[in-house]
Amino acid sequence: MSSFRSNRSLSKWIFRGAQWAGPPVLLFIVIVGLWFAATHLREIPRYLLPKPEQVVAVAWTQKAMLAGALWLTAQEALCGFGLSLIIGVVIAFAFTQSIFIRRSCYPYAIFLQTVPIVAIAPLIITWFGNGFQSILLVSIILSLFPIITNTTTGLISVDSNLVNLFRLYNAGRWQILLKLRFPHALPYLITGAKISSGLSVIGAIVGEFLVGYSQTEIGLGYLILQSSAQLKTAQLFAAVIASAVLGIAIFGTVNTLGNHLIANWTDTPDDSLKR
Amino acid sequence: MSDRQIIDSSASRKGIRHPVVSTADSHSHLIQAADVGKTFPGGHSVLAGLSLSIREGEFVSLVGPSGCGKSTLLKLLAGFDDATSGTLTIAEQPPDIARKTSHRVGFVFQDANLLPWRTVRGNLQLPMELQQVSSENRPAHIDEMLELIGLTAADANKYPRMLSGGMRMRVSLGRALMTQPQILLLDEPFGALDDILRQQLNEELSRIWQEQNWTGLFVTHNVSEAVFLSQRILVMSTAPGKIVAEIPVPFPFPRTPELRADSDFARLTGEVTTRLRGRL
Repeated sequence: MSSFRSNRSLSKWIFRGAQWAGPPVLLFIVIVGLWFAATHLREIPRYLLPKPEQVVAVAWTQKAMLAGALWLTAQEALCGFGLSLIIGVVIAFAFTQSIFIRRSCYPYAIFLQTVPIVAIAPLIITWFGNGFQSILLVSIILSLFPIITNTTTGLISVDSNLVNLFRLYNAGRWQILLKLRFPHALPYLITGAKISSGLSVIGAIVGEFLVGYSQTEIGLGYLILQSSAQLKTAQLFAAVIASAVLGIAIFGTVNTLGNHLIANWTDTPDDSLKR
Repeated sequence: MSDRQIIDSSASRKGIRHPVVSTADSHSHLIQAADVGKTFPGGHSVLAGLSLSIREGEFVSLVGPSGCGKSTLLKLLAGFDDATSGTLTIAEQPPDIARKTSHRVGFVFQDANLLPWRTVRGNLQLPMELQQVSSENRPAHIDEMLELIGLTAADANKYPRMLSGGMRMRVSLGRALMTQPQILLLDEPFGALDDILRQQLNEELSRIWQEQNWTGLFVTHNVSEAVFLSQRILVMSTAPGKIVAEIPVPFPFPRTPELRADSDFARLTGEVTTRLRGRL
């Protein structure tokens, strides 16, 4: 009886998974199919557009190097994302405590968003040298802003009657921040984190582009740069796909965890869009 | 809050409610306003020359046209904002001082104003948490409250978004009563509910007021609701608002649904309405 039931729930899971993953997988197959057709029907030089099976072959033979590069870039992106999350929330907390702090610091937060990272990369190298810490810094600079703005918006957009309710019970600043403002800001923070998760991967790869790395340790960004210089386009493709997979994996985790956190108390956005 | 106060007020819960006696003795008045004015930055004047006094244990309704400053007056009494002129006191202290030192004030907002990330139980618990009342009797206290406001134990674990409008309002009322307030300020709490639900909640609110011993100030623009609940009705003018009429409501307690069919009830409702329309 129980095995029958678990079988049913298993098939339900598979069905749901297929429903969810079906369309993107289908699109993937179509794109690879077109790619396959294009490279087989016409004579395209390998350095311009390698055949799909060539990319797979390179990925397989270079799998140790590729996995090492993926792991290194993943570490940079994850650390960058995690630190952005912490620093961003702390800055947003500070912004809500005084309008003076917010007014004086906000323009510099916007600076983070608008500064061309290429322009300050030499400075970062001068100050922090080549290596992990500099790449981490680039990743943080790129992914910090959405966390700050979204969390700040969430923290200050609390309904004034809710603040009044807390004041009625003589709640202190910290109680209002931790029991009212922060939970209210959580959905905003999650939205910011989703944007930042992708940016942290971009930051790590761009950081490797600009800052480079030691000869022994290679990340995906450095690998992309190197493959491009050596016209190893198939290897370049493999590295780009690996970085895309990394971005999707981090985003997917943040999305799932975030939605799970607030599932009980937020309304489902718009049912008509889910169909 | 000290334990003494809690014991005191629970002992007085079973107290007998006395009929309305009009008295000129200002010292027995818990809430007093003398010539209160409120002007918002930008020069919009909401209250001007408003005076009233409310005795301890009394239930008074405040009716008036929309925008006459009824809600503003309640906010001043809760100490959320300061009056720009005149004096406003609770037990002869400014409202925010009274609230912090001696008098527990409950406030029921226009919308239920619940924290969406907390269950019903979590919302009821909030006032005690904020006041850092010892947590020993909390669960039992919450169970009592659930019963008082007519919710089941299963409802206690639901989140606000799963509740109907009426149930949310019940939780909001329960939350205001959790600290056993001496003063309960109600800002059009049932305004968004349909008529039948409003009447039911009026009956329950009246019953709770009789069981407990708080002083109630109820803001509404629904005249029959005001007549049903109150011992006295104060009519406000359009903005800048002040009290333009005071109408005693002589019906005995407990008040039952049958009262609404009474001809005296209809007559009084008509009288209040006339006063209100005369000022529109």
